[in-house]
Amino acid sequence: MGNKLLGWVDDRFPLMKMWNEHLAEYYTPKNFNFWYFFGSLALLVLVIQIVSGIFLTMHYKPDGELAFASVEYIMRDVPYGWLIRYIHSTGATAFFIVVYLHMFRGLMYGSYKKPRELIWLFGMFIYLALMAEAFMGYLLPWGQMSYWGAQVIISLFSAIPVIGDDLTLWIRGDFVISDATLNRFFALHVIALPFVIVFLVVAHILALHEVGSNNPDGVEIKKNKDSNGIPLDGIPFHPYYTVKDIVGVVVFLFFFSVVMFYFPDGGGYFLEHANFIASDPLKTPEHIAPVWYFTPFYAILRAVPDKLMGVGAMGAAIVVLFFLPWIDRCKVKSIRYRSGIYKINLVVFAVTFVVLGWLAMQPVTDTITNLSRLFTFLYFAFFGVLFVTSKNENTKPVPDRVTS
Amino acid sequence: MSTDTVDKGKRRFLVASTSVVGAVGAGFVAVPFLSSWMPSERAKNAGAPIEADISRLEEGRMLTVEWQSKPVWVVRRSEKTLADLETNNASLKDPASDNIDQQPEYAKSQQRSRKPEILVLVGICTHLGCSPTFRPDIAPADLGEDWLGGFFCPCHSSKFDMAGRVFQGVPAPTNLVVPPHYYVTDNTILIGEDGEAA
Amino acid sequence: MKKYILILLLAIFPATSFASSGVHLDTAPIDIYDKDSIKRGAKSFADYCFSCHSAKFMRFNRIAKDTGMSEEEVREMMIFTRNKKGKATKIGDLMTVSMTEDYARSTFGTAVPDLSLTARARGADWLYTYLRTFYADAYRPTGMNNIAFPDVGMPHVLGQLQGIQKPVYVTEDHNGVAVERIEGFETVQAGSMTTEEYDAFVADLVNFMVYLAEPVQTERRDMGVYVLIFLAIFFVFAYLLKKEYWKDVH
Repeated sequence: MGNKLLGWVDDRFPLMKMWNEHLAEYYTPKNFNFWYFFGSLALLVLVIQIVSGIFLTMHYKPDGELAFASVEYIMRDVPYGWLIRYIHSTGATAFFIVVYLHMFRGLMYGSYKKPRELIWLFGMFIYLALMAEAFMGYLLPWGQMSYWGAQVIISLFSAIPVIGDDLTLWIRGDFVISDATLNRFFALHVIALPFVIVFLVVAHILALHEVGSNNPDGVEIKKNKDSNGIPLDGIPFHPYYTVKDIVGVVVFLFFFSVVMFYFPDGGGYFLEHANFIASDPLKTPEHIAPVWYFTPFYAILRAVPDKLMGVGAMGAAIVVLFFLPWIDRCKVKSIRYRSGIYKINLVVFAVTFVVLGWLAMQPVTDTITNLSRLFTFLYFAFFGVLFVTSKNENTKPVPDRVTS
Repeated sequence: MSTDTVDKGKRRFLVASTSVVGAVGAGFVAVPFLSSWMPSERAKNAGAPIEADISRLEEGRMLTVEWQSKPVWVVRRSEKTLADLETNNASLKDPASDNIDQQPEYAKSQQRSRKPEILVLVGICTHLGCSPTFRPDIAPADLGEDWLGGFFCPCHSSKFDMAGRVFQGVPAPTNLVVPPHYYVTDNTILIGEDGEAA
Repeated sequence: MKKYILILLLAIFPATSFASSGVHLDTAPIDIYDKDSIKRGAKSFADYCFSCHSAKFMRFNRIAKDTGMSEEEVREMMIFTRNKKGKATKIGDLMTVSMTEDYARSTFGTAVPDLSLTARARGADWLYTYLRTFYADAYRPTGMNNIAFPDVGMPHVLGQLQGIQKPVYVTEDHNGVAVERIEGFETVQAGSMTTEEYDAFVADLVNFMVYLAEPVQTERRDMGVYVLIFLAIFFVFAYLLKKEYWKDVH
C-alpha cells in the first residue's frame, strides 16, 4: 500500500530521487567530528525561529503606540506566549552562536577552498541577511535599547558622503525612528528577509551537495571510489549522519532549554535591561551597546576616530570575509596539515574576535579605546598575514584517505 | 564499512523507540503553540460577566450590551406582547424551549425569561451568526400581517418572536440563546453568571 | 530538587550586576518562591505605591491565581477605584491608576513611571537599595534625596515607616582635592518600624515587584526541570541508536 502510493507519487514528482540525492545516497566523509554538528543545527534554529516567529506575529502589533504593550501582552496574557517569545529571543542568540562556530569550522578545515568557494559565498550572504534580520527584529519590542540601537545603526549610513543624510531619512521614513520605521522593519523582518534567507540556505545546501562535503582532513573523498562509484571513505548521510545529528540536536536543545528556562535574558546580554523600558525618543539610556552578536564589529567602529573611516572599517571587516577563498592561497585545506604560522594566526584571530566583542560592551575609556585599536589591527592582520604566508606555506603531507 | 553482522531486531527496536520518544517530544512542543490560540487573559476579561442597568429601559424598547464581544439584548416587553406570545405558538419550531442548549433552566418557558417582562437574549442568529434586527412593529409591510413583533435576520431572513423563538420555514434551526444572567438588584442584571439562585 | 538545580545553574552562570553609576547596591534578600512574602509585598504595593504608580501590564486576578489568594481577597486588598470608563473595576482588569500623565508632570515634575517592569529594568538589588537610601536633603523640593537615584522626584512615601535619616559624610583626599562622600546614615527621626522590620518590609515589596515584572518566572523554572529531564531521556535513546548504526562504520 505504502509502496504503491510512493510509486504513484514518484511517477509524478521526483520524491525518491530527491531523497536519494540529498540523504540516502548522498555520500558524506565518515570522519566528521564535533564541529560538523553546527550546519544542521543552524538549519534547526532557522526552523525554530520561523515557527516561533509565525506564532509571535499572531499576537504582536507593529504600531508605535502598541508594540511595547503587545510584547508584554504576549508575555502575560497569551497562553504560553512567554514560552514562544523566549524561544524566539533565545533562538536569535543561538543562531549566531551556531553560525559563528559553523564559520570557524570552515576556517579550520579550509571548507571555503576550491571547489567550495560558492558555498562560502552563499554562506556569507546568509550571514549578512541574518545580521539584517536580527537587527530589524531587535527593533520590534520597541523598548529603549530597540529604539536607540536602531537609531545608532541607521545613523551609520549618514557617514556615506553626499547621499548619507537623505539615505537615513529614507530608511527611517521619518526624522527619527518612528512608527513608520517600526512598520517597515516588521514587514522586512517577518516576510522579506526570511524569504531571502531560506532561498540562500537552499542555494548553500545545493552547492554543497553538488561538490560534496569537506572534512577534518581536507581530503576529497571523491578521488577514491570503489567499483560501484561510491567513495571509499564515504557513508550515506542517511541513516548515519541523521542519527548522529539527532544526538547533536538533543544536546543542543538541552543547552537551549537551560538558557530559555533559567536565563532567558542572559544576564542582560540576550534581553537587555533597558529594553524593559518603553522607547522614549527624548531620553537615551545611560549605557548603550548593541546585542552581543554585533559587538565585535561595533568595537571596530568605535576604534576608529573618524565617522566615515569607522563605518568603512566596520564594513570592511565583514566584506573581507567574502574574499577569504582568494586571500588564502594555500592548497592544503585542513589545519591539521598546515603550518604553525597558520595555526597561530587562526587562534589569534578567534581570540581577537571574542575580545573585540567584549571591548564593545565596556564603557569607553582611553584604555578600552587603545585596546580596541590594537585588536582591530589584529583582526585585519589575520587576513594580511594569511595572504602573504599562504602562498608558499610550509605544509605537512596530506594523506590520500581520511584518517580514522 | 560492513553491514554483514547487523542485529536487525535491535536496530528496529531502537529506531521505533527513539521515534516514539521524539514524537512525544514533538507533541509536548505542539501544546504551547496550539494553546496560544485559546482566548488570552484579555479576551477572558472582556468576556467576564457584565452588568446591565435597566432602570431607564422603557416598555417596548431594547438595550444592547456587550458580553464576550457579542451583542446581548435586553427588552422590556409589554403585557400585550407577552400575551401575543401564545398566539405565535402554532407557527414556531420549538415553542416550549425544549432544546436545553438554548437557554438556562430558569428561562425554559413561553416567555423565556426570569422576570416575565424582561427578555435577555444573545443577539446572534442561530443560523450563521449574523445579528438580527429588532422589529417590534406590528404587521409591517415587509414582514406580513401576522407579525406581532420580534427579530428579523437580514442575512437569510430568519424570524424570531418577542421571546427569541424561531418560526417555522426559516433557515435558523433553533431559538435564540438566552445567556446566563441574574438580578443583582431589581434594576441591575449581571449577564454571564447564573447567580446563586440558579 | 528544583532548588538544587537552580543553585547549580546559578553557580555556573554568575549573576551580573547592572549598576552603571558605580553606586554600591545591597543584595536584596528575596525568594521568588515565597508566596507569603509576595502576598505581604502585594499589600504594601497596594497601600503605598499603587495610588500613583500603575502596573498596567498586570491583571489583578493574576495575583490571585499566582499567590493562592482568592479573587475576593485581592479585590479587598487592591481595588479602590472604578475603571477609566467609570464602571466597576473587574478583577481581570489591568492594574491602571487614574492619575494622568499631565497631572503627574505638574505635581512631581516628571511622569510617574509604570512599575510593571521596573524590577527587570533596574534589578532587585537596585530597588532594595533605592527604597532604603532616602535621606534628608534641604536642597530638594521634597526635602529628600536618594543614594541609588540621585535627585529623585518621588517623595519618601515610606518615611513614616522608616523614619528620616541624614547622611554621615567622610572627607577623602582625591589627588589633593577634598571630596565629601556619604559613608552611612544616622536617624534623625524614628519611624514606626525598626531598621530590621523596615528592611524586611522592603524585601517583601521588592519580592513582589520582581514577581510583578515576570509573573511566569516560577512556572518557567519548574517547567524547565521537566523539559531537561525529558531531553536527558531522549539523549539515551538517540545515543544508543547512533551507536548501533555506527557499528557499520568503525
